[in-house]
Amino acid sequence: MLKFTRGFSGHNKAPRDPRLPPGQYDVGKDWPVLTAEVTPKLDTASWTFKVEGLVGKPTTWNWDEIHALEPSAFNGDIHCVTTWSKLGVNFSGVSVDTLLAAAGPLPSATHVLAFCHTGYTTNLPLADVTNGQAWVVWDYEGQPLPTVHGGPARLLVPHLYFWKSAKWVSGLRLLDHDEPGFWERNGYNDHGDPWLEERYQGD
Amino acid sequence: MATVTGIRSETARAKTFRFALPQPAERLAGQHYVIRLMAPDGYTAQRSYSVANPPDGSNEIDLTIERLDGGEVSMFMHDDVMVGDELELRGPIGLYFVWGGTTPALLVGGGSGVVPLMAMLRLARKLGQPELVRLVVSVRSPADLYYSDELPGPESTVVYTRSAPPGTQRPVGHLNGDDLKPCLRPGATAYVCGSSGFADAASYVLVGLGVPTEQVRVERFGATG
Repeated sequence: MLKFTRGFSGHNKAPRDPRLPPGQYDVGKDWPVLTAEVTPKLDTASWTFKVEGLVGKPTTWNWDEIHALEPSAFNGDIHCVTTWSKLGVNFSGVSVDTLLAAAGPLPSATHVLAFCHTGYTTNLPLADVTNGQAWVVWDYEGQPLPTVHGGPARLLVPHLYFWKSAKWVSGLRLLDHDEPGFWERNGYNDHGDPWLEERYQGD
Repeated sequence: MATVTGIRSETARAKTFRFALPQPAERLAGQHYVIRLMAPDGYTAQRSYSVANPPDGSNEIDLTIERLDGGEVSMFMHDDVMVGDELELRGPIGLYFVWGGTTPALLVGGGSGVVPLMAMLRLARKLGQPELVRLVVSVRSPADLYYSDELPGPESTVVYTRSAPPGTQRPVGHLNGDDLKPCLRPGATAYVCGSSGFADAASYVLVGLGVPTEQVRVERFGATG
């Protein structure tokens, strides 16, 4: 139903930045924190990241090993389903392509389930985390990623709503089917494209 | 579309808006709705707000909204919305930070974070099972307490961090283990809601008291207007 709100003009909006998807606003310098679990205190000495499931060679990296991989950075924008977007941010870490290349996805793999040191999970089509679209990152603007933002390392899939960019990520499981993750079981969209406003189940 | 049927001030900066939905909604205590505003040129702004009244099979929902400076939606709600207005609502949303009304729950709220917890407390009372829940609310001062005609009460305590009513025995200060320890019960799920800083502090207090992290559910209210 298309009906405008009495008295609402949106007159205090800034000129619309073309980088903002529909229904989003520019949060500026702030970086809100939205997580559903207790913030974990993870030690990089025992930190690991693994790629498992439908791969030829399940692989686990420790903190030093993953840092020895070819570095990769993202410069661009991030979009949270709660309607804030943060424009022109910089993250660095390693491309998911590099991690998958080491493990060798089987042809039957179609989706991934990202899992975390906290038990959090999120699901993504394999096609959304390949070809330079996804990273595991540990630096933000040249500094170690703060714990509340997922440090020591988080997944980064910036073309999807930010709950897909799992904080405190500990691995990817390749699957031949889509398996809803934490928020996806709790009312949120399986895909989460901000430009299509795929916010909730049914969008 | 939902119709605003009542507006009530909770504090100088918070109002509860009662909406009549077109039909009753099946919902759970702790869920939220999205308010979506649309300008004549098609521009939209939307934000999520927790429901404060318990699920009761009716078509009425109460959304308590804090007015945030520069908050596009909350300022419009506070400054422009009148009884009789029709607004676009979407919900109920969220299946994690919810309480079903049958298991023990420890509710820990900071400031506006009390809103979804109030729906849980009110549900427990409505079900005649108030002993299932304990609510601890942290606010800066008495003037910042929402639902002050119901809080504190037999199932709830209020902790003041900056200034307390005359005669309060507890010294003012941040929520600590002594505030939560008497409310712990084995097997209870803890629901922590407030700003990110409050949520971290309160959840660490709980974990420090031995509550398993998997029994702590956190909802962080961002100042997203």
